[in-house]
Amino acid sequence: MKKNKTSLGLVISYLILITASFFSLFPFIWIIIGATNTSVDILRGKLSFGPEFINNMKILFSEADMGGALFNSIKIASLTVILTLIITSMCAYGFQMYRTKAKENTYTFLLLTMMIPFASLMIPLFQIISKLRLLNSHSAIILVSSANVFMIFFFRQSFVNYPTEILQAARVDGASELTTFVRIFVPSMKSTYAAAAIYTFMTSWNNYLWPLIVLQTTEKRTTTLLVSSLSSSYTPNYGVIMVAIALSTTPVVIVFFGFQKQFVEGMIGSVKQ
Amino acid sequence: MANEKKINRTGWYFIIPATLLLAIFLLYPIFYSLYLTTTRTKGIVTAFIGFGNYQKLFNDPMFFLALKNTFKILLIQVPIMLISAIVFASLLNNKKIKFRGFFRTAIFLPSVTSLIAYAILFKMLFSYEGIINNTLIAINLISKPLNWFQDPSLATFVLILAMVWRWTGYNMIFYLSAMQNISTDLYEAAKVDGASEIKSFFSITIPLLKPMILFTTVMSTIGTLQLFDEPMNLAQGGTTSSMVGPNNCFLTLSVYIYNLCFKYTPKFGYAATVSYAILVIVAFLSYLQFKISKDSEKTISKKVRKSVK
Repeated sequence: MKKNKTSLGLVISYLILITASFFSLFPFIWIIIGATNTSVDILRGKLSFGPEFINNMKILFSEADMGGALFNSIKIASLTVILTLIITSMCAYGFQMYRTKAKENTYTFLLLTMMIPFASLMIPLFQIISKLRLLNSHSAIILVSSANVFMIFFFRQSFVNYPTEILQAARVDGASELTTFVRIFVPSMKSTYAAAAIYTFMTSWNNYLWPLIVLQTTEKRTTTLLVSSLSSSYTPNYGVIMVAIALSTTPVVIVFFGFQKQFVEGMIGSVKQ
Repeated sequence: MANEKKINRTGWYFIIPATLLLAIFLLYPIFYSLYLTTTRTKGIVTAFIGFGNYQKLFNDPMFFLALKNTFKILLIQVPIMLISAIVFASLLNNKKIKFRGFFRTAIFLPSVTSLIAYAILFKMLFSYEGIINNTLIAINLISKPLNWFQDPSLATFVLILAMVWRWTGYNMIFYLSAMQNISTDLYEAAKVDGASEIKSFFSITIPLLKPMILFTTVMSTIGTLQLFDEPMNLAQGGTTSSMVGPNNCFLTLSVYIYNLCFKYTPKFGYAATVSYAILVIVAFLSYLQFKISKDSEKTISKKVRKSVK
């Protein structure tokens, strides 16, 4: 009797998981199939592969300049990752390893600003960026995204358990503070940096609202802006949109599955504290 | 002593580059937009009007519509998503289940899509001649295709469904990792005491997941209150159309602010006021959620103490 009950539970568990997996995966399969079909076939709900993939690609790259958009997104995301990682990890290191009352107060204040919705900063940010003559430039996106309090918080949480004796020893040996940070501390924190890099890359890659406001010409736009404008045109070509969605999702999938383990560990490490 | 002072000063050098950027791109905007709430912009002329914008806010039906829409989505979507995430996580935490790696990856996969991509995807799935309508007709659930994006409740349903699809796996990963940190001894002990699996789920797993539940609730609340990309891209015509969804049902607070700023003549002062209203709501809700979890923690520890006695 008991055995029967547990196996019934298992059957229900499998049913739930299989249903959930099906609904999670179906849209992905649909994108891949859709990328090979014409707009009309996609709307009709055709669920088999068609011969249109090359043609859709051609239209996407010649008429919509997907190549340029992909290049812009990769450029912005990489530079944002580099700048964010350098300044926010240094900042977190400064807060954690050189604790004083003034620094703790500064830190608490910064944490409180995390609650502020981006929408409330949008208008002044737009005005600052136009005063700095950075409108319609990629620097506007990189600089604003790199000023990231969440990343400071994330790094500091991961630095909490670092044994400070090692830093003391380096100091006694006469190493400068910056050398200690670059040569001794950073190399021992590789998985934290990997998680931070993935998170920042994904956020930057998917960023929409701020680029929508700042970037005004078509040759400057990112993949998210391109995909969005393809779909809001009056006669959307769904086959082309499918290819665009597939191409714009691929880099994130690659980055994520390449570093899945570090990402999950790093994220959890920062929440636990 | 002098040396320690010097070391502490070096600490500031590490902090300065980031705080400098934050000062320009975060702190200054925060205070400047607070100042903006007291002004009115007409063309390039900005005039001081005191509390005029706040008065306008309380008499603005569009603001209350945006508030209502946002809260409707928040109150329906967040609970469904978090509860399914906990259920999936606990199923995947069961060692008897096979192919756990596959299920985990499959359910997580939607979280790698960009917010734009999945919104457009759902718009296509639910289009008039689309695959969802065809399937529903094929299995005789409906007799003729539904116009998903003409009816406010159907459109809101699609938006919520899409958000649940995108974010459930993301939250599931957090719960799963937290569950893996719960000692198996606790479950063994409960089993010895004769507790069923469902009983130990409610009296062991859920209480120990409290911090993670709080974290995900606060994050999802903040995220939903700032909802922008999805409604903007699910709506026909995107950023250019005069209405955002049927009967403006996709008009969320962030969409409203965007429209105030960039759609017609810019009303920066009033837009800043609306955004400060969001800030107050976020702060209040976060405070409330922390308070509720603190209180329930107290009652739990009381219960534990009682049972020990």
